[in-house]
Amino acid sequence: MSRAEGQKTRSIVYCHCAYAKVIDPEVKQKVLEGLCASEVAFEAVPDLCEMSARKDPAIARLSATSDLEIAACFPRAVRWLFHAAQHPLPEKVTIHNMREETADEIVARLTGASREQEQELSS
Amino acid sequence: MSHPEQERLRVVLYEGPGSQRLASEERLETMTALLEGGYGVTRPRPGGRVSPEDESTVVMLGRFGETPPAESPAEEGRPAVLVRDIANQASMAVLEQVEAARDGAGLPAPGKWTPWFPVVDYDRCTNCMQCLTFCLFDVYGVDKEGQIQVSNEDKCKTSCPACSRVCPEVAILFPKYKKGPINGAEVKKEDVQSESMKVDISALLGGDLYASLRDRQDTARKRFSTERDESRALLERKRCLAELKETLDIPDEVLMTLPSAGDIEERARRAKEKAEKRRARSKTVQDETQRVPSQDEWGI
Repeated sequence: MSRAEGQKTRSIVYCHCAYAKVIDPEVKQKVLEGLCASEVAFEAVPDLCEMSARKDPAIARLSATSDLEIAACFPRAVRWLFHAAQHPLPEKVTIHNMREETADEIVARLTGASREQEQELSS
Repeated sequence: MSHPEQERLRVVLYEGPGSQRLASEERLETMTALLEGGYGVTRPRPGGRVSPEDESTVVMLGRFGETPPAESPAEEGRPAVLVRDIANQASMAVLEQVEAARDGAGLPAPGKWTPWFPVVDYDRCTNCMQCLTFCLFDVYGVDKEGQIQVSNEDKCKTSCPACSRVCPEVAILFPKYKKGPINGAEVKKEDVQSESMKVDISALLGGDLYASLRDRQDTARKRFSTERDESRALLERKRCLAELKETLDIPDEVLMTLPSAGDIEERARRAKEKAEKRRARSKTVQDETQRVPSQDEWGI
């Protein structure tokens, strides 16, 4: 699989949960750090809750993106936040829970594919 | 809905051809400053994928040097693109540039409200309206089909999860709550059982909640009248409220404003009336659109 083909298969969204301290700051920071240090394309949003309540156009934009991978909190909460903003997520979405999973696990899943591709390219 | 769809900025951190790359620490610092300031950031990469463009004004940040790309105004179907050079700028200076661009575009400032509000899990909700009748702050309403909905998010009392506590189906989430299943954690069988127990909040106090509160108040009042001990009456009220606070995790200020049973019944009646009026209105509109115009109306 070429690098371009691999990265085209999914879109990554990171939620910073900026307006509450419910996610361990260290986990949040490590996930963002991992994404920033990688070569993956991604979108970082300040707070999905706030965006849902305000019907931020970005919610519509994100829900229209196929093969999403979201790093946020509990999948049930994320799904119904999008629904509350009147833009339900498509079925095929992977949600990583920064409240329960470790930063290393999440970063590995989010950037793993791209690392493999980089290795393929360099070999 | 109290928050209409609002236009926002879309900040893009561009590091492609024509822009110098940031070191990963600089990228992290810049992203963190923007996110803490309430701005989302898109980081495109060659061969990667981000969400499609929409009508949001784009602020393209990059280390462009002497030949920055041209800005473009909004055109039909295309957003306006503003370009800002961030060469030799610390993360806070980048945030200031974005703030200035937002001001210039006349767009609202983000982050003026703590997003604490209930989210309904419609896979579980049975539309029983307990939340609507229980909420003291008019957060809930019904849509034109009579389905419960969160209508006024910003009226919700920060840190109050009371409505989720009385939901018999554990269908109300507060994503920023500390514990499951209210925070969105998967609902287990035992959660439903324990939440169902809490539904009958009256049982917690050994009978009807309001009757119980009234009884306690009466007792306190009697005690007050016989003993003329104001502090004792207040202690009694505090003890009763503390019992509720501990069991339901409801903030003091909410408990102090608990409505009477009559108030709750009246609120439920008004909500039902409103829903019926809405249904009747939508039926009239449907009837109007389906009605065959009379000969007079056709001018015959």
